[in-house]
This record gives sequence, C-alpha cells and structure tokens, in this order.
Amino acid sequence: MKKKIQGRAFVLGNNIDTDQIIPAEHLVYSLSDPEESKNYGKFALSGVPTEASGLPQGKIPFVDEGQYQSQFKIVIGGSNFGCGSSREHAPACMEIAGVQAVVAESYARIFYRNSIDGGFFIPLESKQPLANEIKTGDQLTIDLEAYTLTNETQNKTYPLNSLGEVIDIIEAGDIFEYARKSGLIPS
Amino acid sequence: MAMTITEKILASHAGKTSVAPGDNVWVDVDVLMTHDVCGPGTIGIFKKQFGQNARVWDAEKVVIIPDHYIFTADPHANRNIDIIREFAKEQKLPYYYDVGTENYKGVCHIALAQEGHNRPGEVLFGTDSHTCTSGAFGMFSTGIGNTDAAFILGTGKLWVKVPETMRFEWTGTFPPYIMAKDILLHVIGDIGCDGATYRTMEWAGDAVYNFSMEERMTLCNMAIEAGGKNAVIEADDVTYDYLKGRTDKKGTVHHSDPDAKYCFNKTYKADELEPVVAQPHSPDNRALARECKDVKLDRSYIGSCTGGKITDFIAAAEILNGEKVKIDTYIVPATVDVEQALRTETIDGKTLAQIFEDAGARIGEPSCAACLGGPKDTFGRTHGTEVVISTTNRNFPGRMGSKQSSVYLASPYTAAASALTGYVTDPREFIPARV
Repeated sequence: MKKKIQGRAFVLGNNIDTDQIIPAEHLVYSLSDPEESKNYGKFALSGVPTEASGLPQGKIPFVDEGQYQSQFKIVIGGSNFGCGSSREHAPACMEIAGVQAVVAESYARIFYRNSIDGGFFIPLESKQPLANEIKTGDQLTIDLEAYTLTNETQNKTYPLNSLGEVIDIIEAGDIFEYARKSGLIPS
Repeated sequence: MAMTITEKILASHAGKTSVAPGDNVWVDVDVLMTHDVCGPGTIGIFKKQFGQNARVWDAEKVVIIPDHYIFTADPHANRNIDIIREFAKEQKLPYYYDVGTENYKGVCHIALAQEGHNRPGEVLFGTDSHTCTSGAFGMFSTGIGNTDAAFILGTGKLWVKVPETMRFEWTGTFPPYIMAKDILLHVIGDIGCDGATYRTMEWAGDAVYNFSMEERMTLCNMAIEAGGKNAVIEADDVTYDYLKGRTDKKGTVHHSDPDAKYCFNKTYKADELEPVVAQPHSPDNRALARECKDVKLDRSYIGSCTGGKITDFIAAAEILNGEKVKIDTYIVPATVDVEQALRTETIDGKTLAQIFEDAGARIGEPSCAACLGGPKDTFGRTHGTEVVISTTNRNFPGRMGSKQSSVYLASPYTAAASALTGYVTDPREFIPARV
C-alpha cells in the first residue's frame, strides 16, 4: 500500500448515490474486458446533476469528453457517499477513471465494503465536513501513516479517521489476497 | 447471552454460541442470488480467482434470476444474458430462471420468495441492494458486490460484521388506506437516508404481524434506503402458510430475546399514520400526500420489487376501478406470477388487467423496467423533465432515467389516486367507504 496519495480534488455533496456515480443504463459493459471496461471510466460520475458536479463552482465534468480517465485522482464527498445500489460498477468505474482515494464524512456500507474487498481505491473518512473547505482542482496530499489530508493549494491540513481493521484487506490488495494470506483459501 | 434474531442467525452460521455487534465473523452461506446486471461481473471474477474450470461450491445454493434488462434491444444487455445462461449450463445450476422460457420469473426479490428460496433462519446474499427484502421471512439477507459474490461462489463463505439492531414496533391497527410503503417512507423520514447504516432494522408489533407476506416484504425492501444492512421480521404462521408448497425445507425460527440489546427502540402508533410520500430527490424527503396536493404530475408508475406485487395491484385497482387516468400510467408486474394474477384476480367481476386497461393505463412485461432507468428503450423510463409519482424505492437524481425528471415515491393507493387527478393525491379522497 502506498503511504502517500497525491492528486487534484473533485468535490461533491451529500448522498451521492450509485446512480449518480454510474447511471444504470451503462451497467451493460463488461468489467473483465480491459478495452470494453473503459466505458465505465468514460461515464464515471456522469449522473451527478451538472450544477453539483465539481463544487463549489459546479458544471465541471469529472471526465473530459472523449476521455476515460479523469484529471482528478481524489474525490471529496459529504455524508452517506455511495448510497443506493450494490453495483460494484460504482467503485470500479471510479478506479478505471483513475481515482486513488475518496475522502468522505461517511459511506453507505455496501459501497465502502465493495471499495475495500475489490481493492479499487482507499475509502477514507474525514473527521469534519470537507466539501465546503476544499475546492475542485485543489492539489491534495493524503498521508496514510499520519492519517492526514493536506490541501497544498490552501496550505491547510485535516485529520482523517484511521482505517481500523480493514487495513489488513487493503494491504493485502483485495479480499482474495487477504484470504490467501490468512490461509482461508489455497494460494 | 441475550441476542436479537439477526445475532442468532449469524452466530449459528458462524459456528458460535453467541456473537455481539461489531464482531467480524465468517458465515456459511445458504443461498447466493445474482442477476443479469451483476452476474457477468461476478462470474468474471470467480473465473479469474478460482480458475477457468472452477466449480461453484454448491450448485443447489446458487440462484440466478435475470430480471433487470430483459425486454430491450441493447446488444450488451442481451450479451450479458448469454453469459449467465452459459454459466448456468456449465455449472449445471438447477435454479436458473431463463429469459424467453416458461421458467422466466421476473424481479429477483419477489421470485426468490415465490420459488421457495427464502427460508426462516437462513443466510442469503445477493448482488442487489434490495436483497434485504428476504428478511421478511425471518432470515438474514443483504446485498453485496461482485467481488464478495465471487468469493462466495468459490468458498461458500463470507465475512460479516455483526450489525447493531434497531427495533421498530407498531402497536394498534393500521387504517385501511395505509400500506407498508407509507410506513417505510414515514420511518425513513424519521431516521434519514443513513439512519440505519451498518444496522439491522427489526420490525415488530401486532400491526406488523397482521401484514401479509407481500406487505412484510415491502417493509423489509427499503431498509437499504435508510442505509440498513438487513431488515428482519420474526417468522410465524403467516410465513409458514406462504411457504407451503414452495419449499420442503423447514428452516429455523429465531426470536429476539426479551433482554436483547437494541441501539434504537421506538414504538409507533399504527392508527395515527397518514399517507406519506418522499419528495424529490431523496427517499428521506418526507411529506404527507395531502401536503403535496398542488404538485402537478406527468406520470404514475406502479411496479418493481417494492410496489409491483399482487397486493400492490389489488390496491391500485380498487382506486382505478371504473375511473379514467388523467396522466400516463404504467403498470409493471414484478413477476410472471403477478402478471398472471392480473388476469385472474377480480374486483366487481372485472379482472385487475381489465380495470387497468379500461382506466387507460399501460401494462408492461414483468421485470425491473424503469425503476432504475435502464437502457433507453426501457418501458416507462423517463427521458426529459417528467414529474413522476412512483411505487418504486429510490428517487435520487436520474434514478428513473433522466437527470432532469423528478420522482415522488408513494404507496400504490397514492400512486393510483394521483393518476386519476394528475396531482399528488391523498388516496382517502378515493376510498371514502373504507375510511
């Protein structure tokens, strides 16, 4: 596991549900075919209403037209991030678009679990609301040893909750690697 | 140690005498359900992790129910059906309900119940967030992603953090114009979209036990809209009456101990509830139906695992009988069994289907249809700025297709009454005899 994650911020509000992360009409593409799965990157976060996409300004596309990867590597959310459906296409599309970490006040549990068990990216919890502090495009650094998030653009640092017991799965890579290391399934 | 129903089920499946909230345990899985949207991804991961020739841990315990994107010309969606069909054949799965055959069922959560896959005391995981519906049978059931489902396919096990339990007790008697959907929308309005995150929602009280299995399923169905891990109702005679002829397995009935610990315990008075809606764009944006009487609608939609069962259509038909709808009204039976019931159940000598057709409503084929938008040619999907009243479960932006459309969630009574006026309407205006 990397100790530091750096990238530009893409800021969203509360209750970003899985239909906003990846609208249901796109759930038809293969996740195992590397070429076809790029479609998920292309449509990642495309269901977010335009005015709420990339706060505080809004109207910022997460992925530019014709691309499948985003210039934003860290997504900042409010409470209940990833609520709604159990579709693993949601964390998967964000990974395909290049997201390395999400920092939200809280998560819906299936999305949180999928992010970790599937090894898509690291879902971190902030101790305070950050969606009003950080602006889309700000340069951020996450320190996974100190559990802090530093906004390099604004020169401010915020504490994050530690990952707790799920860190074993994150360090292993995903639930399969974790189970192999623990002897639960043959390696 | 005193335990709740959920704690007892998880303990028994983890080989322990007791568990407590917060414990991480590995449980043995009784049923894994998947469908056409998440099945292909699950199968892909299973083969990658366990090998191209790997066998599922127990073919009798895998249930595959295509239901999401069925009646569409979308080539990718149709390819996905081919993938699950091929997998079912390769693995010799006895419980694959194929599209285009007489074995096709429709919406997975209702089909699971109808086909006897929901049994008291068992553990069921499904690659769909509304898998919590099965908790109506006194079992543990919850939604998971493709990775966890692939892990189960290979091992028959999954890790679970034991949830705390919230208890919602309803005393008294619900008025005749109240449906399970009103109760849910009321409670979600109370606790919010994340009010039950990581928790169990346990429904109790005489008013709840008086409900049919279909209404109990509705009650458990939307636990996920409050963030809940699972919902549960103690199994009783109503449960076993429903199971007759559907399964030979007896299951195990668990009761919560009187001194079990709850993180939330609230008693509600059933008699006081009024018809409720969730306004756009969140299931916890509660209002009384009568408070929204000035909201002009373009469409009424009655369907889905939440509001497309036989009970739901009987309720809608009671209101629509002999009347004409003023707005586009879509009727989507959840399953083939429900569709058939539309042609056999009668009110005043007319079948439900006849009542709907005479009223000017359109009847679609059984599937998830527009509940979650879906491919562009999906029956009932929104494409513009439609304002919809719907018996479905979610109204976040874009859920029914178009980001610009607005969705009010309501009971079948309220959705049908609103179809007749073109405005959000308290159903009491149309069922005076029963009030």
